[in-house]
Amino acid sequence: MNIIFSLLTIAVLIVLAVLGAGTIKLDFLFGIIFPYAAVSVFIVGIISRVIKWAKSPVPFHIPTVAGQQKSLPWIKSSKLESPSSTPGVIGRMALEILLFRSLFRNTKSGLIDGQKLVYGSSKYLWLGAILFHWSLLVIFLRHFRLFMQPVPSFVLMLQNIDGFFQIGVPELYVTDILITAALLYLIYRRLADAKLRYISLASDYFPLFLILSIAATGILMRYFYRIDILKIKEFAVGLFSFHPSVPQGIGILFYIHLFLVCVLVSYFPFSKLLHMAGIFLTPTRNLANNSRMKRHVNPWNRPVRVHTYDEYEDEFRDKMEDSGLPVEKSNSLERN
Amino acid sequence: MSESKLKPEELAGNIKYEPKEKDWLDPSVEFKHGVFNYSGIPKNVEYLQQPNPRKWQPTDKDWQLPENWKQIILEGLRDRLHRFRSLQIFMDICVRCGACADKCHFFLGSGDPKNMPVLRAELLRSVYRNDFTLASKLFGKFSGSRELTVDVIKEWFYYFFQCTQCRRCSVFCPYGIDTAEITLLVRELLNLIGINIDWIITPVANSFRTGNHLGIQPHGFKDSIDFAVDELEQITGIKVDAPINKKGAEILFITPSADYFGTPHYYTLLGYLALFHEIGLDYTWSSYASEGGNFGSFISHDLMKSLNAKIYAEAKRLGVKWILGGECGHMWRVIHQYMDTLNGPADFLEVPVSPVTGTRFENTRSTKMVHICEFTADLIKNNKIKLDKSRNDHRKITFHDSCNPARALGLIEEPRYIIKNVCNNFFEMPENTIKEQTFCCGSGSGLGTDENFEMRMRGGLPRANAVKFVKEKHGVNFLGCICAIDKATLPPLIDYWVGGVDVGGVHELVGNALIMNGEKERTTDLRGEPFSE
Repeated sequence: MNIIFSLLTIAVLIVLAVLGAGTIKLDFLFGIIFPYAAVSVFIVGIISRVIKWAKSPVPFHIPTVAGQQKSLPWIKSSKLESPSSTPGVIGRMALEILLFRSLFRNTKSGLIDGQKLVYGSSKYLWLGAILFHWSLLVIFLRHFRLFMQPVPSFVLMLQNIDGFFQIGVPELYVTDILITAALLYLIYRRLADAKLRYISLASDYFPLFLILSIAATGILMRYFYRIDILKIKEFAVGLFSFHPSVPQGIGILFYIHLFLVCVLVSYFPFSKLLHMAGIFLTPTRNLANNSRMKRHVNPWNRPVRVHTYDEYEDEFRDKMEDSGLPVEKSNSLERN
Repeated sequence: MSESKLKPEELAGNIKYEPKEKDWLDPSVEFKHGVFNYSGIPKNVEYLQQPNPRKWQPTDKDWQLPENWKQIILEGLRDRLHRFRSLQIFMDICVRCGACADKCHFFLGSGDPKNMPVLRAELLRSVYRNDFTLASKLFGKFSGSRELTVDVIKEWFYYFFQCTQCRRCSVFCPYGIDTAEITLLVRELLNLIGINIDWIITPVANSFRTGNHLGIQPHGFKDSIDFAVDELEQITGIKVDAPINKKGAEILFITPSADYFGTPHYYTLLGYLALFHEIGLDYTWSSYASEGGNFGSFISHDLMKSLNAKIYAEAKRLGVKWILGGECGHMWRVIHQYMDTLNGPADFLEVPVSPVTGTRFENTRSTKMVHICEFTADLIKNNKIKLDKSRNDHRKITFHDSCNPARALGLIEEPRYIIKNVCNNFFEMPENTIKEQTFCCGSGSGLGTDENFEMRMRGGLPRANAVKFVKEKHGVNFLGCICAIDKATLPPLIDYWVGGVDVGGVHELVGNALIMNGEKERTTDLRGEPFSE
């Protein structure tokens, strides 16, 4: 059901774009209003979400460590898996954010003969995830050749690397292949693995299908239905420099692509895609394992009821004295 | 008195990791005997001034919740979202990638899909989405939202008391989402409407009143320690001194109460006593703070604080310089990650310095509490104690990393260094089951009851399986650990799944190997078992 709901949503969105931009010619709405609105929603949405997160304090110092602590000088500590200092934490976070360190640890468990548990290394999720995310970033950055004139040099460099194999005209970008393959794999594993099928919500399939549709329309425009790149650039530069003008005769494929991007961008702050921002703030990863070295302060540390020593001794004084335990206030004089 | 009649083959035989297609949003649980814990008894709930004390059991149809229970839970959730960034973030950013799914020992031992950490969290997240986000308003059920109902509450009780807060899933999560944090907060919420379990409530009440989980009063505590001193004298011929509540001692020693009341913990206690005597440590026990463990940490941050407060208070009253802590798991999570924040600053103490080696424990300079394994490893490294490894030759030893020392402290090499210096036969279990990837005993966080026997055996399956592996491969017959709950619950677990492997503490092994000045000729280990020829 969840997967059908997601697919249907995508279909409705595409129909909306075809009808809106194609049939009723709402070029201004689809070409100018939606992109600006989407980006505004994105920026305001993400900022307000991050503010919301930041407003909740981190009351306790709860890193999950994955390596040897720094204790005695002759025991080698694990500086990245159990960092005790800020540079170590930055290293750990960088590994997590750039290379998906924790996913790389992934294993797959199995039960043999109903008795023996076995664990094998399982890197496919890591591979699919890393190919997808890095390709997405490269593709996003590559698009700046459309937004900016002159094209920034890092974009040209990226383009050259991405088109390294120089296959076909226009030359094939490796990331186009990789992102499609990775997305297909990420969808496949949600369907093929019974556990994942069980946990997957519509909001898990939807972004995958959405991004896949965006990639597909992009690929169609570049390699199959060659569209007028100059017109698109004129339009994009206009948007980017806040002098927008409604593009003429670009074709419906472009509007579908653009509309789906708008949907993605505005969906972002209300969805699990927030993990992009949240990963920076997760207290089990971004704190150093120096809990006993440095006091962590809880801003709302609140008073609780305690059973004081005096109350304790009052209750047990006689028994303590009888058994020869020292006490603060002796009863023995009165009792004698 | 086990409630489970299932034989190991039967229990393991029906585990499947392929959940049937059924909507998990439907909250249905069945409280079969053997897989849940009994409720907190009203007397102790009342003593702790916790809400809604009453007689009830999870098998009852009516849980006698307060009339406005729903409002209490939702307001409690809102309040916690504002107070805990962890919770707010963990509610928002999970992508359900499933990396955690088969990392949980309860999932591996039961195959119940709601024991996948991701779904355990979704049980709460679905309510969060429903009442705190826009998504549910736009997409309804497709957003994975659901209404908070009494059945959801029952499901929470079932599954959040089927998590031992071991944090293994958090190691594998790309965002470090920590189910222990979610579990603790949900248990806190449930406790607001009077839902809790007796194996937590009663130890907390006892600890509050008498200083320890078992409710042992000061004279009983003294008797236990005195008895251990006598027993150690019989084994070694040396009468050691074990001062209690001694003002002006240099060090306060805190250890879980099971050490002086439970077996095999007791042999570790003998090990401590022998070691402290041998190095001439100026230390004291405390009857007021006669518990290192903190079952409060299994149910609420406030109760955790309330019990933990005794340690610093007692250190201050007795005027010690610093604190030494014995072998325990969750105790050390609380000491390492919470104590200083909750009840510090400990500015009346000094940065711990070993009186024997002069080593300054810089890693504890704020909290001022040293782990016994750090302390002993330093003694051995500096050749301050004489050890005869061969006295442990009758043991083929493996080491179970307890969850909290491994994943909260990163205390991984210290116990290994000690073990390797006190025995000749040490074998590691497979790498996916030790160190930061260690598997829980299956009975932590207050779930170690007889009535919960089947679920404990299920949860402990991955650990037992790894023990079985080294038993068959290397003939391992001793499972070392540094956690009181392990020492209590691994023996029945190993008996059930493996058999023929004893469980004991690292300092029991130290006590076996320790050559004491003036000792009589030793023929047995601390258990009274003869050394091998």
